[in-house]
Amino acid sequence: MRYLPLTPDDRTAMLAAIGANTIDDLFVDVPQPARREGFVDLPRVSGELEVERALVALAAKNTAAGTVPFFCGAGAYRHHVPATVDHIIQRSEFLTSYTPYQPEIAQGTLQYLYEFQTQVANLTGMDVANASLYDGSTATAEGVLMATRVTRRNKAVFSGGVHPHYVRASETVVHAVGVETVSLPAAIDAEAAVIDAIDKDTACVVVQTPNVFGTATDVTKIAEAAKAAGALLIVVVTEAVSMGLLKSPGEMGADIVAAEGQSIGNALNYGGPYVGLFACRQALIRQMPGRLCGETVDADGERGFVLTLSTREQHIRRDKATSNICTNSGLCCLAFSIHMSLLGETGLRKLALLNHDKALATREALAAIPGVEVLTPRFFNEFAIRLPKPAAEVVDALAAHRILAGVPYSRLAPGTGMDDVLLVAATETTLDADIKILAEALTRVLAA
Amino acid sequence: MSTMNTVGRPTAPVPHQPEHDYKHPTLTGGRGLLQDEHLIFESDGWFKTGVDLPEPRGNGSDLGALVRHDPIGLPGLSEPQAMRHYVRLSQKNHAIDLALYPLGSCTMKHNPRLNEKMARLPGFSDIHPLQPISTVQGALELMDQLAHWLKTLTGMPAVAMSPKAGAHGELCGLMAIRAAHEASGEHARRRKVLVPTSAHGTNPATAAFVGYTVVEVAQTADGRVDVADLASKLGDDVAAIMVTNPNTCGLFERDILEISRLTHEAGAYFYCDGANFNAIVGRVRPGDLGVDAMHINLHKTFSTPHGGGGPGSGPVVLSAALAPFAPAPWVVNDGDSFRLVEREEDEAAQAFGRMCAFNGQMGMFVRALSYMMSHGSDGLRQVAEDAVLNANYIKARLSDVMSAAFPDGPCMHEALFDDSWLEGTDITTLDFAKAMIDEGFHPMTMYFPLVVHGAMLIEPTETESKQELDRFITALRALAAAAKAGDVERFKGAPFHAPLRRLDETRAARAPKLRWSAPEGHNMAAE
Amino acid sequence: MHFTKDHEWVRLDGDVATVGITKHAADQLGDVVFVETPEAGKTVAAKDSFAVVESVKAASDVYAPVSGEVIEGNVALATSPETVNADPEGEGWFAKLKVSDASQLDTLMDRAAYDAFLATL
Repeated sequence: MRYLPLTPDDRTAMLAAIGANTIDDLFVDVPQPARREGFVDLPRVSGELEVERALVALAAKNTAAGTVPFFCGAGAYRHHVPATVDHIIQRSEFLTSYTPYQPEIAQGTLQYLYEFQTQVANLTGMDVANASLYDGSTATAEGVLMATRVTRRNKAVFSGGVHPHYVRASETVVHAVGVETVSLPAAIDAEAAVIDAIDKDTACVVVQTPNVFGTATDVTKIAEAAKAAGALLIVVVTEAVSMGLLKSPGEMGADIVAAEGQSIGNALNYGGPYVGLFACRQALIRQMPGRLCGETVDADGERGFVLTLSTREQHIRRDKATSNICTNSGLCCLAFSIHMSLLGETGLRKLALLNHDKALATREALAAIPGVEVLTPRFFNEFAIRLPKPAAEVVDALAAHRILAGVPYSRLAPGTGMDDVLLVAATETTLDADIKILAEALTRVLAA
Repeated sequence: MSTMNTVGRPTAPVPHQPEHDYKHPTLTGGRGLLQDEHLIFESDGWFKTGVDLPEPRGNGSDLGALVRHDPIGLPGLSEPQAMRHYVRLSQKNHAIDLALYPLGSCTMKHNPRLNEKMARLPGFSDIHPLQPISTVQGALELMDQLAHWLKTLTGMPAVAMSPKAGAHGELCGLMAIRAAHEASGEHARRRKVLVPTSAHGTNPATAAFVGYTVVEVAQTADGRVDVADLASKLGDDVAAIMVTNPNTCGLFERDILEISRLTHEAGAYFYCDGANFNAIVGRVRPGDLGVDAMHINLHKTFSTPHGGGGPGSGPVVLSAALAPFAPAPWVVNDGDSFRLVEREEDEAAQAFGRMCAFNGQMGMFVRALSYMMSHGSDGLRQVAEDAVLNANYIKARLSDVMSAAFPDGPCMHEALFDDSWLEGTDITTLDFAKAMIDEGFHPMTMYFPLVVHGAMLIEPTETESKQELDRFITALRALAAAAKAGDVERFKGAPFHAPLRRLDETRAARAPKLRWSAPEGHNMAAE
Repeated sequence: MHFTKDHEWVRLDGDVATVGITKHAADQLGDVVFVETPEAGKTVAAKDSFAVVESVKAASDVYAPVSGEVIEGNVALATSPETVNADPEGEGWFAKLKVSDASQLDTLMDRAAYDAFLATL
């Protein structure tokens, strides 16, 4: 087996050094009924060629986004990732290192985490960011829990524009802890409806911009209302590139930002691994979940970085920890950070504008189709349209023509009276020709 | 005041002037191949970009007052500058590809590059989580195949694939347990979770997170769960026990069958922390031990890279009793095609919810399956055997100079030492670990498990050759001899040869500086 | 001055009790990096957790040695937690309580008893 360096002679010599006769002597503590002789019923060892052949065959059964006109979004976006990003994250020193618990020999990881935290804080317009969480949805749940710790209140209100899967993932976790949630009905453009739901028990209101229907909202008034009521405002962002064009959550008064960072540096990967961005105001840092990297000095006075405030974390606080989180999204943060360093402010703003351009062009093409109604008033790179037929049927019909037209809202939340709503996203990777193909095919499908 | 962690470690370097100058300072801060590298925010790149993009048309934007005008504060680097920045940083990291990385309970094994290549096939990496099911049949088939391998290796009937890391898997497992107790009407009564004192911190953290009261179970002198103590604490108020097996002392729980029998008799579920599955894969099936739920860290046993702290992946295998409560989504194999159960209705009516927005860590699934297929059932059994052999070899070769915490009988995949052998030397576990850095090795896990004083937990994994193990053993024996000979200097100030000396954690925590801030007058506006 | 087995000290002045953690506790914790003290007006019962102290390596709850109403938390500790290490039984006090039942102090140890208790640890 190519990954196992020990030879039969090595094994014999080592057993002798240990004073054991056979390998079974080392497994004597396993109770007899649980010992398995022979191999489990699975295929035997395979060479690289065989494995590659089998997996390439599986991959070939999928329609890769880059091979077709592609308009899916709803929390995961296809962007171009510079070749440099993937090269660097595959360097041994990044790929095959552990969590930087020995800072003297992990400054590479720690410095990029510090840079990542700063980039995320600046991008979201917040004071501080952590070294990432699993993804945007789990970050949202952590944000709600953090708000309950900060306010010592026990209720969270979700706007009808928050991604339904984010709401469900958050509910699942926070209900287990005993936190009450109120989820407002799905609405294209009604983030501010959360204001009326705030009461004295409300720990936080959770709004999303751009929301799941693509609607971009100025949440300043929501922030003011939340503050006046002693509640926190959590702003969810599922398309990180949008912050290159739209006012940042921090600028609009957010207390906590929970965002999905996949769009920058990371591939679609069928939903994971992604990278949860988590940022907040300075005053709240002691209640923040996840790892934090901080600046300090070494014994010679040289600048260096360490994981800090770790008493918040499970390995020290155990049953009093702020969260049970252990792993972060290390390598995905690195991908995010490299891509962001390459873009810089100039590149990010340009990239965001390009996305907006493509979405406007797509809207224009689709709005002209008889029976199509554009629902989203203001958007970044994604918008909702109403179709005269169930959206899922239309998407399937277009998929049969190798066009991935978007995400039917019913896929996220069935039975909410929005089965005719289709979410359409465009990015810098969208070609004008793709838009034309989509518009023509959609016209035909709707006419049929 | 509540219990203090008295087995801790010093957290600020003591001022220390070595007798001879180990590190003559250079004029520039660079040291041979090691470059002194500034932060990206200190670069000359505030107006640059390393990405060439077409000019936006900027047509018809109706965003009005929503547009961001203030400077964001993001420096840009040209591609060559970016490459150098990150390559320079990389050279300040230890890595498995460089040398042994013996972190106990972390399973730092070789990460095959075939896995990386497979995960990057566009058919896996460039597919969207909400594409029509007909266009992702290969992805669902892969998830189904991986599930089959995991179920077969563990002897368990079901697996929840979506948890994103080990701790997330623990959360998933405990929520399934809670849902089962709720369904049977016993949740109100069953409020306790029993956790051995040697458990990893995530166990009590997770149990408390889900609203349970954590009750600690004592450990016997030979490092196992005290079955009598467990039995006395089990009752109709207990929801579950959380036991790591092999445990965090690197020992197999000999009484595991009795533990699971007692647990089930009391109407509680047996959650097993699968962090140490590498020791038994292919030789012992957790299903045969009476386990009801166990997370599997794909980034440990199944070689997906640790990546400096993630991403991980933590599928949870479930017993028949817990399977109906598994979270959405999951894959169903209908024979000629695959589908995804995404809604909590019909066949998923009892699902306890959803762990995350999408389908779990697909990129990690591809890597793990690639690893499993490469080894096969024969190779995986050999993995466990070699991992255990390597750990016992280290234990045998070091026990005369260091003190094994549990000298009698074999260990499993990791060897645990305490600090009693350092008594009277004025050298601590931390000092010893930092001196290992100077010898070119990553330290072992220190001060964990908490049940052993000054713990040193060494897990070599199966991907180390005997030659590399011997090199490691020789280094540790030499260090042990130096410690006992009174060469305190070598340890107290260590490391001397790493990119940095010991860091001041106290300073970092007292006045946290968690981000770079622009100095006064700095212009970070882009044009 | 009176002491608890949980390593808090309390000093009564009229009906006002000043509370902190002992030198032994501060030494065991190591470098203290963060202290959360209670807000004025809060009512606490003896043995309630009413403050938090953190070092880099440990976090602990601090329990009220006696019942009462918080008059003042030592806000200076928020910016200079190192005071707890430097002067645990003086400037490093955590809170002042208006004691509701001074007889509760009788159940606590005096200095000699506490020192004897430490010797048994």
